[in-house]
Amino acid sequence: MIKLTPKLSQKLSYLILFLATVLVIMPIIVMIFIIVKNGISVINWEFLSSMPRNGMREGGILPAIVGTFAIVMCTTMLTLPTGVCAAIYLNEYARDNTLTRLIKLGIVNLAGVPSVVYGLFGFGIFVMFLKLGVSIIAGALTLSIMELPVIITTSRNALNSVPYSFREASWALGVSRWQTIRCIVLPNALSGIMTGAVLSIARISGETAPILFTAAAFYVPHLPHSIFDQVMTLPYHLYIISTQIPNMPSNVIFGTALVLLFMVLTMSFVAIFIRIYFRKHRKW
Amino acid sequence: MGKIVDTVVEKIVFLCGILSVIFVILIFGFLFIESFAFFKNFGILKFIFGRYWCPNSEPVLFGIFSLLMGSFFVTLGACLIAVPVGVMTALYISEVVNKSVRDILKFLVELMAAIPSVVIGFIGMIILVPCVRKLFNIPTGLTAFSGSVMLAFMAMPTIVTISEDAIRSVPWQYREGALALGATKWQTVRRIVLKTARPAIIAAIMLGIGRVIGETMTVMMITGNSSRIPHSIFEPVRTMTAVIAAEMGETVNGSMHYRALFSIGLMLFLITFTINFVADLFLGKNKNK
Repeated sequence: MIKLTPKLSQKLSYLILFLATVLVIMPIIVMIFIIVKNGISVINWEFLSSMPRNGMREGGILPAIVGTFAIVMCTTMLTLPTGVCAAIYLNEYARDNTLTRLIKLGIVNLAGVPSVVYGLFGFGIFVMFLKLGVSIIAGALTLSIMELPVIITTSRNALNSVPYSFREASWALGVSRWQTIRCIVLPNALSGIMTGAVLSIARISGETAPILFTAAAFYVPHLPHSIFDQVMTLPYHLYIISTQIPNMPSNVIFGTALVLLFMVLTMSFVAIFIRIYFRKHRKW
Repeated sequence: MGKIVDTVVEKIVFLCGILSVIFVILIFGFLFIESFAFFKNFGILKFIFGRYWCPNSEPVLFGIFSLLMGSFFVTLGACLIAVPVGVMTALYISEVVNKSVRDILKFLVELMAAIPSVVIGFIGMIILVPCVRKLFNIPTGLTAFSGSVMLAFMAMPTIVTISEDAIRSVPWQYREGALALGATKWQTVRRIVLKTARPAIIAAIMLGIGRVIGETMTVMMITGNSSRIPHSIFEPVRTMTAVIAAEMGETVNGSMHYRALFSIGLMLFLITFTINFVADLFLGKNKNK
């Protein structure tokens, strides 16, 4: 019988921790590997640039790609300025009072609302009440409320990491509050804000539940003409072809999943590299 | 001139700042108004404890007990997997490995958080569901268990990232004190570090749970969508989120069914609101130390 000395128990515990980590990391790698292996065969220019044919079993996924881009662009244009302004207010102007605490509570809870509840809300408010119909703009408005807390939190962290002495130096020179923010604080916080923005763009492009009844269409035979059109999107298209259409060739499903995964992961890579790059070149 | 610009800017950023509060109130108000009309018509107790969800039968039945149980089973299963594994991974990343390995592991965890839920659902359908069916020899692999496994992966990034932050923010003096007394590294981690970081780890777990309860696409694709009350984790279930996503498209605006779905939305909102509120209290507790 081996005696369980502290040294041995440390080794054993570390082994268990290591196995747990493998259990977390391995599935991601396996998942990505399976999708790439099965999907790569259908990826070619035609798949990316033509309309679906024969009940979506053949042809390409162009409308879904365009639709995803349209929604992501609109959402970012709505949510990024608003979120950054809110972060500026919270970090640069707000005093520590009840209202500020209420805002922080609001952000925390907005971040926790399930995506499908955003879908319900967006359907009720934008599609029905404001009569925007099922459209790009209704979906983008819904998604932008959902992404707002994420943008605020990451931007606020970025602003907060700019040393206070930078601001004091600027104020000492007689520069006004807003000029200090615009010329000193924002440029120094830019990398953090960008990282958050790109990560949230990645998240938006993969979301399905909020656009399920606000923007997504089963099948549209043409590309969107305006922001009041319904669109096909990649994640919704993937959901449709993997669950609703019988005799769907599996390599097309894998191919669609691969395109979506590629988009999302590339953006995450970009975001993470921005962060690493700017951390190395930071001025403080 | 500069002064005017300053005042205007301050007003604008203030408006953006209070937007999030306005949205929370709007969402709650909207869900509440629709639900209130429904509760007045159908009865809140019949809604929560009713055993059957049959929106198309005569008379219509909108009991969400089976859906509550469905969400509960899936969430419980996901927690049993994700909590121990997630916390252990956070410990491994923060306490065992050196900086470069840590960066790579954190990077991979971050990638995991970015994988869309439909992709996870699809992989679950193709790989996990047939495996579950063969492994446990049951008629269908579309069970609460399959949902739990896939959702565990979605909760993991949240749990790992927040726990890891908490563990690393434990002051160095605490560790040095224990090490100086002759404790091994593992003893220090187990008795000192884990204890100090506990409130934040609890918060991390709760936020993970919040994410699992609200997850929609994955569960819709792999839990079987059967609205019977499940007796074990190896039976098909239907969750609250899946019902909303599956049936919203076919309802008539303003009908009982439409309002019933909003009432489920209200339940979800209240559940996640509570979870996030409490988790935030725990996180605040950690910061004050």
